[in-house]
Amino acid sequence: MAKIIGGVTTSHIPAVGNAISDGLTQDPYWKRFFDGYGPVHDWLAEKKPDLIIVVYNDHGLNFFLDKVPTFAIGCADKYDNADEGWGLKPTAPFDGDAEFSWHVAESLINQEFDMCTCQEMLVDHGFVNPMRVLFGDHEIWPVKAIPLAVNTVQHPLPSAQRCYKLGQALKTAIESYPQDMNVVIAGTGGLSHQLQGERAGIINVDYDLACIESIINDPDWFANQSTQEIIEQAGTEGIETIMWLVMRGALGEKVNCLHKHYHAPISNTGAGVLLLENADL
Amino acid sequence: MVWKKHDYDDIPGSYVFDGRRAHSSYALNKLFYSFNEESCRKEFEDDPAAYCDKFGLTESQKKLVVNQDFLGVLRAGTNIYYMAKFCIPRGVSVQDAGAAFQGISGDEFRENLLKKGEGLVERLEKEGGYWNG
Repeated sequence: MAKIIGGVTTSHIPAVGNAISDGLTQDPYWKRFFDGYGPVHDWLAEKKPDLIIVVYNDHGLNFFLDKVPTFAIGCADKYDNADEGWGLKPTAPFDGDAEFSWHVAESLINQEFDMCTCQEMLVDHGFVNPMRVLFGDHEIWPVKAIPLAVNTVQHPLPSAQRCYKLGQALKTAIESYPQDMNVVIAGTGGLSHQLQGERAGIINVDYDLACIESIINDPDWFANQSTQEIIEQAGTEGIETIMWLVMRGALGEKVNCLHKHYHAPISNTGAGVLLLENADL
Repeated sequence: MVWKKHDYDDIPGSYVFDGRRAHSSYALNKLFYSFNEESCRKEFEDDPAAYCDKFGLTESQKKLVVNQDFLGVLRAGTNIYYMAKFCIPRGVSVQDAGAAFQGISGDEFRENLLKKGEGLVERLEKEGGYWNG
């Protein structure tokens, strides 16, 4: 049977990918941020997961605003990255696992999460940068990857609670897959940031740390907040942090936090890295 | 016809990209979305006004785009991620665009951000359990 061996969180902002491409990870501005992934790299190298589900939001590469699925899952054997409008060099394509994806999609829909199923899906920086920062750059990626996109761009968005419940349904879906397989879930985006408006540039360290603690020990605290409350505290783009709840919901009730890292600012954002394992493993 | 009011409308200095904004800025966002294709970027460069017409921009929207009035384009409801496809290739970062809302330079904006990280390591040591190198 497939098993969820852990969950990670990471920022996915474009600047992270630029810093990797430009060889700046040990530059004074970036060093503390990137070094904070060391324990996650060690864990991934030791556990060698077979597959990672990356929960992220598309920023106008695969989905335009003509059709915005609230939740979408890749159901293909391969996912390509592409230029997002300013000449980015695409990464190598990512191998998926169509059979696994379709099983997960079917299970989620049976659990009343009406997913949009995507047989072609271009993955943008929201997906690619987590892969690069977790695994390094590869011509052939060392793990299969599945994109799970959450609409955090065009309101109305799914609530934090809905994201948490999606994660719980995802757990049921994954654990009912008949093939032995070790799966990791990545919740990406966040933490606090706002890119536009007179309030652009907010970083709310207190709130970020409270979210981190909540994700580890008391997910209900964050899951019970409204979209408006989260935007007020974390900024219009900080709402992305609801995607961490998808990851958290897919783990058990109690988790062991193996690694906790926070850094601010990176570009406009507060950035949090968590590595969580189920306490009952 | 009336746009429903939302609690988030009252958050100061924040423009939540909802149906109301997405509706009014649809043509603008669609034009910027096309820039994912290099050939579209080139076509725009060759004749910006004609390209705007192709996407059905209003005269006032067209003026903002042709004049590269980035703040005006944002105020017209354009989503920031679509805006990025317009401003980044023109040497204006998303941070510069954010700074424009406050009437400060991109450098001042970045300085303000750096200040948010002051005392962070000490703070995290006090919180406990955080990786600190």
